[in-house]
Amino acid sequence: MQTLVLKPISRRQALSYLGVAAASLTFSRIAFAGPDEVKARINDITNGAAGDNTRITLDLPEIAENGNAVKVAFDIDSPMTQDNYVKAVHILADGNPEPDVATFNFTPHMGACHASTRMRLSKTQNVHVIAAFSDGSFGNASALVKVTIGGCGG
Amino acid sequence: MRSRREFLQFAAVSAGVFAAYPSFVTAAARQKLTQDDLLSFDAKGQVTLLHLTDIHGQLKPVYFRPPSENYGVGNFEGIPPHLVGANFLRHFGIEPGSALAYAHTMVDYESLARSYGRLGGLDRTATLIKAIRAERGDGNVLLLDGGDTWQGSYTSLKTQGADMVSAMKLLKPDAMVGHWEFTFGKDRVEELIEEMGYPFLGGNVFDTEWDEQVFESTAFFERGGVNVAVIGQHFPYTPIANPRHMVEGWSFGIRPDKIQANVDAAREAGAEIIVLLSHNGFDVDQKIAATVTGIDVILTGHTHDAIPQAIRINDTLLLSSGSHGKYLGRIDLKVEAGRVVDAASTVIPVFSDVITPDAEMAAHIDALRAPYEAECNRVIGTAGALLYRRGNFNGSWDDVICDAIRQERDVDIALSPGFRWGTTLLAGQPITIDDMYTQTSMNYPAVYRMEFTGKQLKDILEDVCDNLFNPDPFFQQGGDMVRVGGMRYRCAPKASMGSRISDMVLTRTGAPIEAEKSYMVGGWASVNPDTKGPAIYDLLENYITAKGVVTPTNSQSVTVVGMD
Repeated sequence: MQTLVLKPISRRQALSYLGVAAASLTFSRIAFAGPDEVKARINDITNGAAGDNTRITLDLPEIAENGNAVKVAFDIDSPMTQDNYVKAVHILADGNPEPDVATFNFTPHMGACHASTRMRLSKTQNVHVIAAFSDGSFGNASALVKVTIGGCGG
Repeated sequence: MRSRREFLQFAAVSAGVFAAYPSFVTAAARQKLTQDDLLSFDAKGQVTLLHLTDIHGQLKPVYFRPPSENYGVGNFEGIPPHLVGANFLRHFGIEPGSALAYAHTMVDYESLARSYGRLGGLDRTATLIKAIRAERGDGNVLLLDGGDTWQGSYTSLKTQGADMVSAMKLLKPDAMVGHWEFTFGKDRVEELIEEMGYPFLGGNVFDTEWDEQVFESTAFFERGGVNVAVIGQHFPYTPIANPRHMVEGWSFGIRPDKIQANVDAAREAGAEIIVLLSHNGFDVDQKIAATVTGIDVILTGHTHDAIPQAIRINDTLLLSSGSHGKYLGRIDLKVEAGRVVDAASTVIPVFSDVITPDAEMAAHIDALRAPYEAECNRVIGTAGALLYRRGNFNGSWDDVICDAIRQERDVDIALSPGFRWGTTLLAGQPITIDDMYTQTSMNYPAVYRMEFTGKQLKDILEDVCDNLFNPDPFFQQGGDMVRVGGMRYRCAPKASMGSRISDMVLTRTGAPIEAEKSYMVGGWASVNPDTKGPAIYDLLENYITAKGVVTPTNSQSVTVVGMD
C-alpha cells in the first residue's frame, strides 16, 4: 500500500474522551468545517459528477469508542487492471476543523483497493469516502459516526 | 429497517400467541401457585434452550419492581418491550393481580409483593433447570448465560466475581457472553474465564493493534441429534458506557456484518440451529433480527426487559429473559431436515416461595457467603418508602442516592447514572449492607465534586438522552437516563438531539439554570480514570446510618413531554 498523502486533521484541541465527571469541552474559537464546506470540497474532487456507493464497502463504528482514534477502513470493488482501476480514495469529515482526513493513491499493480487508518473526530459528524476511478467516474459513500461522552450505560 | 407498521404487525401476531398460559397465570393468590405450575410447558421438538441473563450478582431471591416508564421511539414506540403497567397487561392478556401481573408489571406492586414474595435465587433456578433437564433429557438441553452475571452484589465486589463464577459452574452452562464482567479488568476477566471451564463467546471484540478477534465467536453443540451453533455477542458499547481503560486495547462494536459472516460460516459448517447469545439489548437485537439473515433464535439481554414469550421477527425468534435471576427463559425447537419447523417459548418467573431450593446449590451459596454473611446482614437503616431504581427516569433509590451526594459532598446538584441493575425494597423493610450494595457494587465508585456550567449540564443531559432515545437503536447505549437531584427539567424523548432537554431549574432557589453560570455538582461512576472522591457505598452507608429511616425528598425532577 502506497500512501502518498496522509494528513491527520485536528491540530487543535479535539474532544477529549471524558466521562460525566468532566463535561464536554467548548470549541468557541475553533472554526469547524460544515456539511456545505465538505460538499464544496467533494465537488472540487469530482468536478460536480455524482457518484454512487455501490462499489464501496465502508467500515466505521456507529459510535466511536475513542474520538481521538476512530478506525476507518474501505474496500472498493475494482478489478484493478490497467484499463479499470481506482486512482485515489479521499476521506473527508464534515465536523472537524479541517475536512480533509486522508487521500490514498493507488496503481493497478496493487491488485486490490482497500486500506484502513485511524482518524480524530472532534464531535458527531459524517465521514465521506470518495473513490476516483480510472475511467473518470467517481464513487461516494458516507456514514454518521457519533462521538459521545459515554458513561451511564448498563 | 422495517417500518413501524410492520413492527406493529409483529406485536399483534405475537399477542395472538399468548392464548395458552399455564394455569398459574390466573392464580390470584400465592397458595394456588405450585412448582409444577411454573414448570408446566407444552414441550416441542428435540432441543431446549434455557436462558439466564443479567443476574447482576444476585444469588438470593429479590424484589425487583418492573418499570413505570420504558419509552420506545421511532419504530419501537408502543410495542414490546416498550409497554408498562396496564398497557403491558392488556397487550399480553394478563389478569391484573395475577402471578404473571406481579412478575411483569408495577401495577399494585407493593401489595402483590407482600402476597407473592420475592423472585429468583440461584438455588431455586437450579431446581427448575434440573427438572427441565430431567424432563427433556440432559442431551437435549443447552443452558446459556447472557452476561452481566458477575457484578452487582457485596460478595461479587469482595470476591471480584469469583462467587458468581463458582455458583454458575454448578449449573453447568454451555456458554456465556459479557458486559459488566469487563469492569473487573482484562486480567481478571481472563483469570475467571480460565476458572469457568465453558466458553466465553464473542465475535465482536478485536484487539486494536492487530485487529484480531479476542474471543472465539462460535461454539457448536450436538443436542437431540441436532447440530446447534451458538454465536456470542458481548455488549457492543462496553468501552463507552464503562471505563475504556479497563478494556484498553480491545475494540467492541455491534459489527452486524461480522454477525452475518459468523452465521453464514456456522451454516456452512453444518449448523441446523443458529442461536445468537447476545448482550446487545432488546431494540438493537430487533434490528439485528430484521437485517441479519439466518438466525433462528436471539437470546437477548442487557436492557433487562422481560416479556412472557418470544416474539418473532421474520424467521427469527427473540427471547428476553429479564434480570436479577427473576426469570428463566425457555425455547423448545423442533428441527426437520436441517430447519426449525416448530417452536414454543416461555419466560418462567422464579417464584422463590413455591420452588424447593436445590440443596446442593443452597449449600454452595451458604458456603460462598459465609465469610461475609454477618456483614451482608448488618442493618444500617429502614426504607421509609418503596425504594426501586428501574425506569427511564428517576427512581426512588436514586433519589436517595442523590440526596446523600448533595448532603455528604455539599453540592447543589447530584447526578446518578442510569443503571438498570439494582433491586427493590418495600416500605418499612430494613436496609442491609446487601441491599445497599445491590445499588452501588462496582469497581469505579468514586463520588466526584466539581463545577459545571449550566451549558455543560445541558450538554451532558442531551448526550445521555440521545444514547437512550436515538430512533436508531444502533446509536443507543442501553442505560436509562442519568438521574438528577437538586434540579428539575423537561424532557421530550421524540425531539432531536440538542432539543430534548428544556426548562432546567435549580430546585433550591426555583431559578432557571443559566448556561454561563457555574454550579457545584456531585456524581459517581465516572468513566474518567482520574476521578477522586469517597466510594459511593461508603458515602451512602454514612448517610443512611445517620438518617435511620430513609425517604427520598424529590421524585418530581423530570417532566416527560410528547409521549402518550
